[in-house]
Amino acid sequence: MSKQAGTQEKKIRVLVAKPGLDGHDRGAKIIARALRDAGMEVIYTGLRQTPEMIVEAALQEDVDVIGLSILSGAHMALTPRVIELMKANGLNDVKLILGGIIPDEDIPSLEKMGVSGIFGPGASMENIVEHVRKVAGEHQQ
Amino acid sequence: MSISSSRETSVDTQGNTPLPSVPPTPPIVEAIRASRRDLARLLSRIVENQAGRELAALYPFTGHAHIVGVTGSPGTGKSSLVNALARHYRAQGQTVGIVAVDPTSPFSGGAILGDRIRMRDLAGDSGVFIRSLATRGALGGLAAATSDVVRAMDAAGFEIIFIETVGAGQSEVDIAHTAHTTLVVEAPGLGDDVQAIKAGILEIADILVVNKADNPAVENTVRGLRAMLDLGHRVERIAHHGRLMSVQASEEVQPENLAWQTPIVQTIATSSTPDAENDGIGDLTKQIEVHRIYLHESGTFARRQRASLDGEIADRLRDALLARLLAQISADEVESLIARVADRDLDPASAVSALLEKVDGSFQP
Repeated sequence: MSKQAGTQEKKIRVLVAKPGLDGHDRGAKIIARALRDAGMEVIYTGLRQTPEMIVEAALQEDVDVIGLSILSGAHMALTPRVIELMKANGLNDVKLILGGIIPDEDIPSLEKMGVSGIFGPGASMENIVEHVRKVAGEHQQ
Repeated sequence: MSISSSRETSVDTQGNTPLPSVPPTPPIVEAIRASRRDLARLLSRIVENQAGRELAALYPFTGHAHIVGVTGSPGTGKSSLVNALARHYRAQGQTVGIVAVDPTSPFSGGAILGDRIRMRDLAGDSGVFIRSLATRGALGGLAAATSDVVRAMDAAGFEIIFIETVGAGQSEVDIAHTAHTTLVVEAPGLGDDVQAIKAGILEIADILVVNKADNPAVENTVRGLRAMLDLGHRVERIAHHGRLMSVQASEEVQPENLAWQTPIVQTIATSSTPDAENDGIGDLTKQIEVHRIYLHESGTFARRQRASLDGEIADRLRDALLARLLAQISADEVESLIARVADRDLDPASAVSALLEKVDGSFQP
């Protein structure tokens, strides 16, 4: 009965995107599903997105968090481009997380660029959900 | 076709009576026209129910867009069709807003909003703005905030606004209140011909679209739909107190009150050669334009608008009254009544009467 009456808490909105040319989105779909099951609204945009498409979608959808899934090894090229476009479009406060195959030696420089969380194979779903919830909370303030 | 001038001389093609004096443009309207980020953020506040003041300020600047609803069963190609239509309108220089609705999980409250997957052709075009909405518990195929989201896009200057409903089955007919022209999308090979004569979603179609027309079974589908349409009387569809009603079309057939005959248009929304003459998208946009002119010429536009506002105000009143009423009753009282109903000690209607007795006398029937 409270559905119509009470104001709900603000829903977390997450864009899950696959930039670049690799054609495997099973991981991205599993993450999307897990975030959905955690009560979030997940905008899923499909394969082979350019950084421009990703940032444009994030802007129009006013998301709190962008999650990139990159398996192709192009993360050191794609991630800075996404961050550059996010800044150019005023999305400075939107959080960026990364999943996929990311070698350990790249993690420090990615974090320095401003990536808030990096989740490789074997990362637990609970950790990812918890991280998204935490950084989305920071964004919404 | 020209706009009839005899009765409604002051109405332009969009149905707007020119205002005697132009009010100054409020800051929120200037902001959403200038900045896509500001529009996106306003849409979030609308969805979260935090934009009452902004909506009031921008309302006088709405009423210019033509609103096209796109509904139909899951998998008929609604998103692809919106993508193809949007490209067509963009090629003609018109700006396009898209509101795409997908369902919220009734269990977790989360949602996967995936309509953009089929709209990637529209990326990088600043004349297009796409927003995905989750239903958040609303039934009827739309999100509760849909009409306000559309109003914000309208005030921001988008000329054609598409609303794509959730994959709708048979009774998700709310779109007909919100849209000016409702497309019901069918595809070959779904269901038998009894589906077509059932009440519900087919009745709200202003234009029936048979997508995936390159499927050999398309002739059967079109034949079934045409038979269904021929059986129908020429009726006029109006909404009254939030309910759609069909009334017999007027006996004296004057040009202004000619009843609309639902056309059937075949399309191939994912045709590999865009703008090909035979993908049907051009035909469909022509029919949308014919319907838009019909709405204004026949006076149907004004009648439908009144009826849908009637329904919207009734809905808002109901929500506001319910909220006010629930604020006066403790949750424990509600819980204990629900427990009594569950125990078969009390019937649901008597429980409601008991609740009404507890609050302000003005709420009593």
